[in-house]
Amino acid sequence: MTSTETPTAGRIGDSPLRPDGTLKVTGEFAYSSDLWHDDMCWGVTLRSPHPHARIHGIDISAALALPGVYAVLTHEDVPGLNRVGLEHLDQPALAEDVVRYQGEAVALVAADHPETARRAAKRIVVDYEVLPALTDPRHALDDDAPHVHPDGNLVRAMKIRRGDPEPTAPVVVALDFEVGMQDQAFLGPESGLAVPDGEGGLDLYVATQWLHVDQQQVCRVLDLTPDRARLHLAGVGGAFGGREDLSIHVHACLLAMHTGKPVKMSYSRDESFFGHVHRHPAWLRYEFGASDTGELIYAKADILFDGGAYASSTTAVVGNGGTLGLGPYNIPSVSVDARGVYTNNPPCGAMRGFGCVQAAFAHEALMDELADRVGVDRVEIRARNGMREGDRNITGQLIDSAAPVAELIEIVRDLPLPADPVGERDIRDLPGGAANSTHGEGVVRGIGYAVTYKNVGFSEGFDDYSTARVRLEMTAGEPVATVQTAAAEVGQGLITVEQQICRTELGVDRVVVSPKDTSVGSGGSTSASRQTYVTGGAVKAACEAVRASVLARAAAQLGARNLRLDGDKIIAENGEVLASLADVLGDDAVDETVEWHHRPTEEIDPETGQGNAHVQYAFSAHRAVVDVDVELGLVKVVALDTAQDVGRAINPDAVVGQIHGGSAQGMGLALMEEIVVTDGKVRNPSFTDYLIPTILDMPPMQVKVLEYADPHAPYGVRGVGEPPTISSGPAVAAAIRAATGKALRRVPVRPEHITL
Amino acid sequence: MDFLAPSTWAEALAAKAERPDALPVAGGTDVMVEMNFDHRRPGALLDLTRVSDLREWALVDGRVRLGAGVTYARIIDELGATLPGLAMAARTVGSPQIRNRGTVGGNLGAASPAGDSHPALLAADAVVEISSAARGTRLVPVADFYTGVKRNALEPDELIAAILIAPPAGPQQFCKIGTRNAMVIAVSAFGFALHTDRRSVGTGIGSAAPTPRRATDAAAFLAGELEAGGLWESRGALPEGLAVEFGRKVRDAAAPIDDVRGTAAYRLHTLSVMARRAATWAWDEHRRAA
Repeated sequence: MTSTETPTAGRIGDSPLRPDGTLKVTGEFAYSSDLWHDDMCWGVTLRSPHPHARIHGIDISAALALPGVYAVLTHEDVPGLNRVGLEHLDQPALAEDVVRYQGEAVALVAADHPETARRAAKRIVVDYEVLPALTDPRHALDDDAPHVHPDGNLVRAMKIRRGDPEPTAPVVVALDFEVGMQDQAFLGPESGLAVPDGEGGLDLYVATQWLHVDQQQVCRVLDLTPDRARLHLAGVGGAFGGREDLSIHVHACLLAMHTGKPVKMSYSRDESFFGHVHRHPAWLRYEFGASDTGELIYAKADILFDGGAYASSTTAVVGNGGTLGLGPYNIPSVSVDARGVYTNNPPCGAMRGFGCVQAAFAHEALMDELADRVGVDRVEIRARNGMREGDRNITGQLIDSAAPVAELIEIVRDLPLPADPVGERDIRDLPGGAANSTHGEGVVRGIGYAVTYKNVGFSEGFDDYSTARVRLEMTAGEPVATVQTAAAEVGQGLITVEQQICRTELGVDRVVVSPKDTSVGSGGSTSASRQTYVTGGAVKAACEAVRASVLARAAAQLGARNLRLDGDKIIAENGEVLASLADVLGDDAVDETVEWHHRPTEEIDPETGQGNAHVQYAFSAHRAVVDVDVELGLVKVVALDTAQDVGRAINPDAVVGQIHGGSAQGMGLALMEEIVVTDGKVRNPSFTDYLIPTILDMPPMQVKVLEYADPHAPYGVRGVGEPPTISSGPAVAAAIRAATGKALRRVPVRPEHITL
Repeated sequence: MDFLAPSTWAEALAAKAERPDALPVAGGTDVMVEMNFDHRRPGALLDLTRVSDLREWALVDGRVRLGAGVTYARIIDELGATLPGLAMAARTVGSPQIRNRGTVGGNLGAASPAGDSHPALLAADAVVEISSAARGTRLVPVADFYTGVKRNALEPDELIAAILIAPPAGPQQFCKIGTRNAMVIAVSAFGFALHTDRRSVGTGIGSAAPTPRRATDAAAFLAGELEAGGLWESRGALPEGLAVEFGRKVRDAAAPIDDVRGTAAYRLHTLSVMARRAATWAWDEHRRAA
């Protein structure tokens, strides 16, 4: 996406309009599914109908015989290493002798029309021997469990031990909790276009979250060098973690290289549910020990994540679940075990909130239970136990910037509550809405609170960096900055942030953002709430390098020192304008590329789990108010209010937008969002039966944004995107518990959990 | 696949007679979904959207004759007061876009047990007007129209022309259960009509049996108790115990299954609650109208 928009304002702290905003609202934005190339053909994927089966043979002859079919490919046609994976190379790009989940890719077809390709795929005969499927992760590590992969079913086990190994406490509360499988439910299905260059290479246009890691994976499978596999970001219709793993990438490239033709692939909605990883379902067993007045003394947690058939980012999700899984509380003695296992269920990986979402339901439910047991207010108990700057968390890491847990939870408590209902109500304001299931009968109001913290950026020693190239030149008498990064814009507003930083650092109004592609160094992943921090940091650093270069040039030309640059003027220490930028630059451009790394993190100790695992922590709190029809189990969220520390709001409107969206996604998990899997098979791969909140389900929000700058981060920013997804769901669940008096130890809370 | 696009009702009937394998399509909100998922691949599609007669409604012999192609949006806008139960059901259909396309004729053609209009049609004693080129018109009470899961009483050469519904003498209600507050397929649904003129009760159950069905015993029970208690004359309050018992009997008329949208036990429970509430609301409205 290129933008040359030149608003009068638009520096840091302003909220300039995003270049894609109007286009998206009016339906004119070009998403990856809109890609088109003359002479292109269409690719489709044949997927396994079985959660676990041996493949004895694949007969493609009938498919190849269909007129209009250009190619039918299997694993035998993979030129490079037939393995993909973000953290473990454990997944074949195309299945070999075994399929390990329903939906695993087995063969590819390219044809002149998508319908021809689909029909051809149906003619492929795969000789499957159905094998017993391991579908209950709670038995994945049993001695007699079948092995999903040759090395067994454990992806990662981590432990954290701190303080007294055998703690006791006067008050002990415990619970088991279960979290269902949530989907990212992005609206733009996986899609892309691979265009061969006729010289042994290709260009892939694709909706993704990290171009460079995709490029590595494409090159490995296709046996190409990076200069021959150039990736370009196509219009992304939402990501939320679901585009970190590959979807069409390798498949479209294989077909394009094989046919010599441009190949487009675009999943249907139902295929999309099989074409990306989901949020890990989790089983959590927690125990908190506390004083008679509710001060936490110890915590024990056992967390099991179902990784499904392939590892994806399970390793890092376990890391997050373990290191962050007790919430933003000071707890002297801690014992945490977190495990991720293989099963024959759908593969699970990254999704907004990444390992913290599941844990937050458990620790927040338990904090409420503790509060009730010791007779302390539910807000007060969080404020009393909440972290503050200068505390150490359960891995022993110093919290060295703001940690306003008490302030956040007290802010949401003190926000105005919705009025109590009086008189006859519009049914659309009641649980069930226009479905007319109540006129007020059975409706009980409940209020719930939750608070969370989340790491920002990649953790546990990962060298997490971004690259920015900034060029400054005179164009038609005006200074113009061009910023190039490969950081993916997936809807979060990075284009605008990059422009704002350039305007602020260089004082220019006109900032062009180059298309996102692999012709510049890696921008890292658009995930972990990290791009404004890391790519923002890289753009800032590149601007500083450009400025230094311009001023060095000016100093040499003018024989002056201590100059500064403001817009198109070179200004002396005393404020005198010494020269224009045009004078200094002439027809030259100053062009600087910077690779910027955030401060390092470290691997945690394998026995104690101690270490500086994370680069930054972000905190948020929610208060939910719900009306529950306790007879029918239907819920209407009346209010969902939040407070969050964002360090520094680069673009305040975009910050609030992230908080709105994240809150809705967290609420969705509490109330309705679940991929239902039975015996390894997905039962609801559609938006008819995988329900996400509509505008009638999502209440208006009061959002209170705090800006306690993090001294270690560029401009003091703190990642924004994920915390609201973590604290909103537990607040909604708590509010439903308050209204119903039910324990509700599983989300999504289904109506029958309330009524039966 | 052939695409047949008649512009008159006579042409449509002729086309259906000639191509009994043709699948009629009106708003397409069911048919196109099935085709997109490749669940159905009919030999021909019979597009009825050009047949203007189907989009008309009129009062005929004291009944509303609702053309099979009248959309839910128009039922809400134009017939909200005349056919309150059906209009309430129409308001729960999908999204505004779906309500702008979907039709009662299409709902009957698909005959899904989850179709939103069925409980309201059953409670209101609607009659389906069916036509064929060979045999002309026949009228089928809606309770006899549903013959099995997604099956109906149409012969291969027949089309649904209209639905005949008497404007109600008494209050009507429609309730639906879904796990979100809009745009949801019914987990269960219930239609209720108080036929004050004949001192009887109409019921309709949705999404809780292989077909939409009535709760006949429950309806007879409630009407009988109202009679026995002299409540039709007195318009006294509906005893809570009576409403509860009616709910129980409605529940007993259902035969739901467990599926991804809800459990059988939950469906039964919701029917008892919806029936109790709907009967109470309708009776209270009847009392207020006095």
